[in-house]
Formats: sequence, structure tokens, C-alpha cells
Amino acid sequence: MSTAQARLGVDIGGTFTDVVLESPQGRVSTKVLTTYAAPEDAIVEGMHRVCDKAGLRPADIAQVIHGTTLATNALIERRGARTALITTEGFRDVIEMRSESRFEQYDLNLVLPEPLLPRNRRYVLRERVEAKGRVLIPLERAEIEALAEELGEAGYDSIAVGLLHSYVNPAHERMIREVLAEKLPGVSVSLSSEVSPQMREYERFNTTIANAYIKPLMESYLRRLRERLAQEGADCPVLLMHSGGGIISLESAAEFPVRLVESGPAGGAVFAADLAAKHGLDRVLSFDMGGTTAKICLIRNHAPKTARVFEVARSYRFKKGSGMPISIPVIDMVEIGAGGGSLAHVDVMNRIQVGPESAGSEPGPACYGRGGERPAVTDADLVLGRLDPARFAGGSITLHPERSEAALAAHLGDQLEMGTTEAAWGVAEVVDENMANAARVHAVENGEDLSTYTMIAFGGAAPLHAARLCEKLGIDRLLVPVGAGVGSAIGFLRAPFSFEANRSEFMRLSDFDPVAVAALFAEMEEEARAFVHSCDAEAEIAADYRVYMRYAGQGWEIPVDLSAEHAARPEAETFLRLFEADYRKLFGRSVEGMEVEITVWSVNAYTPVPPVAPVDAAPEGDVAQAEVSRALFDPALGATVAAAEVARASLTPGTVVEGPAVITEDETTVVVPASRRAVAQPDGSLDIRRKQDARAAQNDRESAHV
Amino acid sequence: MSEPSKVAYQVMWTRLISVVEEQAQALVRTAFSTSVREAGDLSAGVYDAEGRMLAQAVTGTPGHVNAMADAVPHFIRRIGREAMREGDVYITNDPWEGTGHLHDFTVVTPSFHKGRLAGFFACTAHVVDVGGRGFGADANSIYEEGLYVPIMRFADAGAVDRTLISLIRANVRQPDQLIGDLHALATCNEIGHRRLTEMMGEFGLDDLEGIAAFILDNSRAATLERINALTPGSAEGHMAIDGYARPIDLKVKVTIERDRILCDWAGTSGVDAKGINVPLVYTKAYACYALKCAIAPEIPNNAASLAPFEITAPEDTIVNARHPAPVALRHIIGHMVPDTVFGALDQLLPGTVPAEGAGCLCNFQMSLRPRRDGPAPKDAERAEVLTFNSGGAGARPGLDGLNATAFPSGVMTMPVEATEQVGPAIIWRKELRPDSGGAGRQRGGLGQVMEIGAREGHEFDLSAMFDRVDHPARGRRGGGIGAPTTIERDDGVKMRGKGKQFVPHGHRVRMAFPGGGGYGPVAERTRDAVLRDLALGYITTEHAAEHYGLSRDEIDDALARAKKGEVF
Repeated sequence: MSTAQARLGVDIGGTFTDVVLESPQGRVSTKVLTTYAAPEDAIVEGMHRVCDKAGLRPADIAQVIHGTTLATNALIERRGARTALITTEGFRDVIEMRSESRFEQYDLNLVLPEPLLPRNRRYVLRERVEAKGRVLIPLERAEIEALAEELGEAGYDSIAVGLLHSYVNPAHERMIREVLAEKLPGVSVSLSSEVSPQMREYERFNTTIANAYIKPLMESYLRRLRERLAQEGADCPVLLMHSGGGIISLESAAEFPVRLVESGPAGGAVFAADLAAKHGLDRVLSFDMGGTTAKICLIRNHAPKTARVFEVARSYRFKKGSGMPISIPVIDMVEIGAGGGSLAHVDVMNRIQVGPESAGSEPGPACYGRGGERPAVTDADLVLGRLDPARFAGGSITLHPERSEAALAAHLGDQLEMGTTEAAWGVAEVVDENMANAARVHAVENGEDLSTYTMIAFGGAAPLHAARLCEKLGIDRLLVPVGAGVGSAIGFLRAPFSFEANRSEFMRLSDFDPVAVAALFAEMEEEARAFVHSCDAEAEIAADYRVYMRYAGQGWEIPVDLSAEHAARPEAETFLRLFEADYRKLFGRSVEGMEVEITVWSVNAYTPVPPVAPVDAAPEGDVAQAEVSRALFDPALGATVAAAEVARASLTPGTVVEGPAVITEDETTVVVPASRRAVAQPDGSLDIRRKQDARAAQNDRESAHV
Repeated sequence: MSEPSKVAYQVMWTRLISVVEEQAQALVRTAFSTSVREAGDLSAGVYDAEGRMLAQAVTGTPGHVNAMADAVPHFIRRIGREAMREGDVYITNDPWEGTGHLHDFTVVTPSFHKGRLAGFFACTAHVVDVGGRGFGADANSIYEEGLYVPIMRFADAGAVDRTLISLIRANVRQPDQLIGDLHALATCNEIGHRRLTEMMGEFGLDDLEGIAAFILDNSRAATLERINALTPGSAEGHMAIDGYARPIDLKVKVTIERDRILCDWAGTSGVDAKGINVPLVYTKAYACYALKCAIAPEIPNNAASLAPFEITAPEDTIVNARHPAPVALRHIIGHMVPDTVFGALDQLLPGTVPAEGAGCLCNFQMSLRPRRDGPAPKDAERAEVLTFNSGGAGARPGLDGLNATAFPSGVMTMPVEATEQVGPAIIWRKELRPDSGGAGRQRGGLGQVMEIGAREGHEFDLSAMFDRVDHPARGRRGGGIGAPTTIERDDGVKMRGKGKQFVPHGHRVRMAFPGGGGYGPVAERTRDAVLRDLALGYITTEHAAEHYGLSRDEIDDALARAKKGEVF
């Protein structure tokens, strides 16, 4: 047995730390309560548990892959280092003035989120570079030295440097670092031209400050973690999952900790992407629904869609603009305030509204019987027959359906003149509609047609809602994997080493300079490869090339993927052809006679994922015989039906479960509505498809929607 | 077809709101104008076959609120319902039947389902140029303000009107951008139409009557409930502002009655000679916005939720200017409408509304070109650069005013780095303006300072669109005034708050945008809040001593701690 192949995946979440150990003998996992004061404690405990289960020693672990919400939480809870910003004179308030807009139009008492650094921690230097990179006001070394002295007296641990147009010309930022290294050794420095070399000062400065803010904390945590694991016997490389869905070395992570933000959800997307590869699915919508939020991600050709900017720490009902922008390569996920704990109410227009307010785990939904009075999505699910009151969460919580009914009646039914079941139906439909709308908008923004997609659903609440979402989105096929509870940690073990290098440099196609373009790609590729190389000196490294293009004058760029050939021998005509094709796909038409320009360049270097062992679809076998049947409300039919109740553990590959049915397992329940049938797969997944033979009839019923 | 269930109606309403948000999103992503793509100056809505608005996207500007609700009936009347065909797209930039000035193009698309007219989609966007004198206050009539496109067909059963396109192209400064924007508007309606068709199929609808009634009945009932919970009464608001060449009096009488709120502008100044006049539709939008913020903020805009707010103004007042009055900068007066309404509402609903704020956006346009007073470098270029900026908002009954944040407009500023990529402009400074927030128990929001110039070898015209030079924002309930607008050249030459002004090669312009008024007596401001303002540099030592009576020792101590990076 080659124990050297054992790998440990660790995901620190808000409530649980998930630990997964994978070795040639198989996979074991555990959940440990997150230990906030010393997060490594939970990891160590989890590691010992899974090692015991697998009969391995920590010394057998060859690699630890880690993702964490610690970086995100430090930003949300403002528990970062004593940090200062150095910026261009005249621009001290960029992060405070934001976009000068209000994210909620009608609220006279709106409160904007506080900037990460108060004004007296933001310092300026006289200097200026213009948009093309030429220096308008040179930076004087003496002024930096004087400022360094002031910063030294104030005792900062970390300094962010963000100067205007430094994404084109980083010379002044580098000069500041030089002087600071000399005058303030030991103080950590983050340059905006390295952390996020992209145009748009608010996003870039904020990202750099966020990096500086969490850097001392993450550096010391990561160092402690490696030492602690070594003490416990796991003296092996520790690698970090980043927000873009790849792995970077511990050193890179300590230098750019902002890239760890959202690494947990990224692991979930990678988990889904891996499953997509195994099942040969080119177009996948991953759907992860937990207690408070749901996340949706598009996965094309086994790779999650990525973006260049996202928002963390939204302070106002998940509203766009109420958080802070972070511009780094990130898996493009839509997050909606919709989970099992999301609370429902009726607004002044008699509309049922669900979320983003959540009952949390205390008091929890009304059915927990812990004092929750208001109905949550879980209450609706219970009333609709989707959950077994005696076996929720592995039987750890006994649910009280009568409390759900009372809450639904008191808060919805009475006012809307709806019966309890109808009110529950309303709650479920509204939350499903919210999620479906978010998925639709996301698909349209990306020029995708969801009806050609397969959904992969994981997270505690997803299997209850996924099939209905498929009905709403016109998706024919749904895959519910096993191990969905620790999906992110499993995803870490499937992620490649990767690093994406970005540049903001404007070039019109009419001024296209093939030599300069080839050189730029080569330079970025070298940078990206170096990062990957630092994780694994032996591995083969591949690279993807991409530019962001637009018609000159537009504000939104669209990504255009290039081949290695295009990057090595670039031609303006090819770039134009590819851009126009992608533009048409997204927006239905291209525009004649307009100048086209490239704004952002990117190279993603990665270690190719080893070929997956494909899962061959199981031939359909016997139909599962249910001993029990349960009353299940089917929202598409608008009626209660008798659903077969089948234990997931009892299914063997090929077993067919005809909807309406509920497939029960320890942690959750998979709902198969009347329109679908499930087939158990060799890897334990459930393949849930629209009933082909009944398609015509089904169409008719779904459209009636009663 | 059976009657849809109550639950189905719930789902459809949610869906329609999502459809218009998606429609607006498509516009933001495909538009060429900076004002749309960076600033969010756009709108999108869905209507039933009668032209009643069912849902509207919440975007950057309340100025389109009622204008959008009113626009579609104008299109129905002008085009004629019988003459409408599948694939048609209609267009206008008529200030009186669209959204208040020629720079806003409104595009309406009829939505046919199973061959029958089921409803409409409309959207509006602010474009950068429509010819004429360019965007500014200087015109003497609408004829000077640019190309005027009355309600007409943009596409006839799918075929775009080439004659119209060539006429437009020949009359504007940046034809590619404008035509690109018009296509973007048409595309955004098309996306809405496709989604509506899907929804009607899914729910088996032949028309929108049922869902329209559900939306409108519930919205009307909720709005009336809010209005009828208020104590009936009447009060007047009055605010004087700079105007173009002479000050303007804005006067409003707000009356709360059973089932409706009236807002009448009798007594307001007459039409101005220059382009700051306001078509009534735009006055309605901002008056209604102010009322809704204070009374029914969470009720979405649609035909029924807007109807109980009745806005009237005598003809030929500046808030009800008729054709051919120049109206290009109607937003300056329009953005002052809410503060005037709040003046009246403060008497009717004490403790609800904020103090006066900067009001109108502090926008300016730079027309840059190679210098003419000497040799210009080879790479010197011509460019139009429009920027949106904000002063401070008024202090609230329980909260300080928002610093450099747009109110009532909700548009976004553009990144300086993006602005400088558009043309040879240099923004030398853009930061908060100390001491500009009116003193009070709650401090007014700070304005901002900007210093601008051109790249070496260029000169420019600055088209200024500022107010509150002579009429700063007043405080409420004892709060102090905010700082006024100032504008001058770097050599000390004073400049005007409005109009196009030449800036020679080598010179910069310094601008300070106004702060918001304070709320409540200054003596009631907590010491901690004053010390924090001082430490953050929101107020200077002089201001702290003069307005808040801070002692020298307190000031020195706070500043010393601030310098050490302490958090206040």
C-alpha cells in the first residue's frame, strides 16, 4: 500500500470544520465544531478522528489541502491588524466615498458600511502617474522617509499601498516598499499593483487594504497550523485553496491572503466540477443550499465559471453594493439569502417574502421547538411532507410539525386566507422562485440557456428543493451526489495547483501590437507558472489564456478565451473574430463599425487534473419497492400525492425510484416529484430525470400549474 | 384554462420583478454611454396591454419613476394600438412624453403572445450626446438642445428604420455610441419580452389581466393603508436656489387627505430663459419619490402604488415648463424637489425627513481639445468627459448625513482611473471636504473637493451644472447650514456655477461641492461624535472650536491620538 498517497482536505466553516481523508483504500470524513480561538485545534482533532477511522497515522498523510472562512470572517467581523493605507495625494477618501451611491433607494435612514480603515489611518504622498503610465509628479524619497517615521510612531503592523494608475506603472509603489523595508523592517507591506493589478481605484485599493488587514493574522495562523500538524505527526506540505478554485502554496497564501476569501464555497464548486467530469457533463449548474444561503455556479466543460471581482460582507439584505468589493480571480457564484432557516412573512402588499433573515440554529425554525415562533423554509418543507419529523439531521433533532403549522397559520395563512398546506406551498414556491430567478439572471448574464444544463445539488437543504428548481428552470436532469455534507473539503482534494496572473492594459485592435502582446502573455505566463512551480516543482504545468474585450466606450468587458497558439502568435483579426462570436452569443448581436479594445489580460497556469475515472451510467434495474408511503405535496401539481419512501442506503446501482417519492438518508431527504424518476448510480449518486415516457403529459401538467 | 392559484400569483409577481431587473442588467452591460454603464442612469419596466406599469427595475435614478409610468400610454396614443405589430420597436426622446430631456431615449416594445398584444416593455437611458449645443444649460430653446425624435417606429415588424438611423447619425457628435445605445435599449426590451412569453407559457396565461389585477389591487390597498394612517393636514415648503441667472423660488403645498396626497407647486418661479426648466413629468417623479421615501418606502413602483400621489403645478412655472422651453439640465431643479417637499412634510410628519442636502448632483462635462494658443503635441486629442459627483446629504433625525453620497439621485460616480482613460482629463483631487457638513445634533454629510485639469497640450471648456453657490443647504430643527458650492480657476479667477466656461492651457479648476444641512441643536451633539469628527478630519480645529465649543486641550488631545492611528 502506498500510504504516501493519503491526502487530507480541511474546510473551516462558520459552524463546522469538515475533515476528509482520502487514501487508496477510500475516503473517510468527519465534522468537528469550529474552534474559533485556535482553529487548528479542530483540524487536529478531525485529523486524528479520520486517521483512526481509516487505520492510518498522521505520518501517512502526504498533503494537507486547506480552505477556510477565517479570512472572510476577519473582514466581516473587522478583526484585522492595525493597518495603514498610503495613497496618492488628493485621493485619501477613495474607499470611504465608494461609488457615491446608495444601494437602497428608498431608505431615508440608510447606513453605509464603515470603510476598513478610518480616515486617520489613511496617509497620502505627493506623486502622480497618468492613465498611460507616464509620471506627472515624481515621488520624492525624502517624503516617503518622513511618512515612514510617522507610521512607525503610530505602530502599524501592516501597510497597504495603493496609488493611482499603479496597474500600468508600479514604480512608485515599489519605491515605497523599498523605503518601508528599510525604515520599518518587520512591518508587512501589500502593494495594489501586486495584490490586484486592475483598473478602478476603489476596488483595487479596497482589495489591497483587505489583504494588508488580514495578512498578519493569516500569516501567523498558517505558520502555527503547519507547526502544529508537524508536531502531531503530519509533517507534510500544507497547501491552500484559493477563491479561484485552485491551490496555492502556504507561502503564496501568506503573502496574498485575500485570495483565500470564499475558498470554502470555491471547494464546493470544484466538487461539483469533478462530479461533472466523472459523469461526462459539459454544462452543469451547481446548487448548494444550506441553512442561511444558497449558492449557484455555472460549470462549463468541468470548469467553474470565474470572475474578477466580487463583494464580501454585504451588510444589507445581501444587497449588491452593501458590502465591499474584492477584485481577485474568483469562482463566479451567486449567493442568495435562501436556506432552510430563512424566515417567511407577509409584506404590506400581501406578498409572501422569504429571507434573507434567518432563524439560524437558535432558536431555529418553529419546528425545532426551541422557541422559534416564525415560520422558516424548513417548516414549510416539513408541512409539505418532505421531512421525516423523527429522523431529521440523523435523528438529532425531533421536529414538531404542529409548531410549523401554527407558525404558518399565524404568520401567513390567516392573513392570506390560505390553509396551512397552501401557505407552506406558497413559502416553498417563493423561495424556489427566488433561487430560480437568481439562476436565470446569472445564466442570461453569461449568455447561457439553462434548459441544456444538468443540476448538481449538495448541501443540507438542496435535495429538498433541487427537483422543483429543475422544473422551474426547464432542466431535465439532476444529480445528487453522496458526501454532499462535506462537499467543499472533498472539492479541495480535486483542485489543481493554479495561479491566475492579470494585467489591466488598454489596447485598441486598431493599435494592436503583436510583438508586445506576445511578450505580455509570456511575462504573465512566467509569473503564473512560478507560483504553481513553488507548490510542485515536478508537475507538468498547463496554461489558459484569456482577454477581456469590449467595444471602445463600453464599461463592461466580456471574457474571450484564447488558445496557446493565439497567445504565442497573436493576430488582431483572430481576436476580433473571437470577440464578435462571444458578444453575439451573450447579447444576440454584434455592432458594426465600432472600435474594439482589450482591457484586461489574464493567464491561468495550473497542473492538469488527472483524468477522472468515468462513472458509467448504471443500466436501469428494478423499481424500488417501497414499504411505506408518505403524503407529499407536489408543488407542480398543486396537490398532495402518495409518495414512496425509500432509504437511500438500500439502493443498489440501477435501482429505479419512480416519483413521487422521498429518498431518505441520515442528513437529508431527496425529494423526487411526480414529474421525475431517480436511478441510483455506481458512485452512489442519484440521477434524477424528467420522465421521458410521460413527457407530453407532464408538460401539460406543469404548464397548468393549477 | 383554469384560474391560476393564489400561490401562482405570488410566484408571477416575484417573476415580473426579476424580469425587469434582468432587463435593466442587460442594458447596463450593453450600453455605450458612461452615464448608463458606470452611473446606472437608466430604467426598465413591464406594462399590461392597457399601458399600466406592473413593475419597474430599481435603478440609479428616481427621475424615471413616474415618467416611465406615464410614457407607455403616450406611445399607445401616438402609434395606435391597431397599428402595432409583432417585431415593432418604438422610440422617442420627447422630454414631455419621455423622461424630461432630449438626452434620455425611451424605447417601447409591444409584447405579443399567441398573436395578441399582451403588454409592453419600456426602457430609458441617458445618452452622452444628442447634438445641438451639447449637454449643458446654455440653450435658449429646445431647438438648440439637440435632435428631437418624436414618438415613432425604430423598427417596423423587425426591420430597423434605416432613414431614422442615418438622420440620427448625421446629427450627433458620437454616432456609433448613440446607435449602439439605441440597439442596447431594443435588446433589453427583447430580453424582457422573451421572459414574459416563457412565464405566460408556464402558467398557461392568455393575457396579463389576472396578474395585473392582483399586483395593482394589492399595491393600491397597501399604499392607501399607509396614507390613511397619517393625520390629514396641509403644510407648505419653500426653498430658494441659485437658478441660472436669477434665483428660483420653489414652493409646494402638500396636503394629506383620505386616499390621496396632493402636492401643488403654485407660487413657484416662472420658466427660466436657460436650459434648467423641468417638464411636469420629471417634477412628478421626484415629488413622488420624496413622498414615497417618507411614507411607503417598501412598496414597489407601479401604476397603482403611484396613483394616490397627485402632483400638480401651474403651467409655465419652472416645474411645469412647456415646449419649446429649454430643459437639458432639468435634473438640477428636479433634484431640489425632494428637499422642498421635505420642508412641508417635516411639519406634517415630525421626525421623519432629513435636513436639506446638496440636492442636485455636482456634474460637469469637459470638452477637451488640442491647445490653440501654442503648438499642441502630436498625440493631442479631442474628447468629451462627463462625470457625476455628489455633495453631502442632509442630516437625519437620528443619523448624520451621508458624506459625498447622491440624494435624491442614486447614480454612481465613475472611477477616476476610468475617467482618465476616456480622454486627456486629469483629476488632481477628489476627496471629502472638511467643515462642509452643517453643524447640529446630527451633522450634515460632507461635500467633496475636486481639482481638475487637462493633460499637457490640451485646453478645455468646462460645462458646469452646479447649484447651492448662493443658497446652501439649510439645517432642520435647529441644525446649521451646509457649506455652499465654490468654483474657481487655480489662478484665483472666479467661475460660474452654471454654463460653459473656457479653461486655457495650463490651468486647473478647483471646485468644492456643498455639504448637507445639520439636524437638531448643535448643543445636543455628543462630545464623542465631535471628537471623532475632529480626529477623522471631518471638521478642522477652528470649526470644532467655533461651532461645538471644544477647548484647546480637548482638540490637542484628540489630534494627538488621531495621529497615532487611534480609532475613535
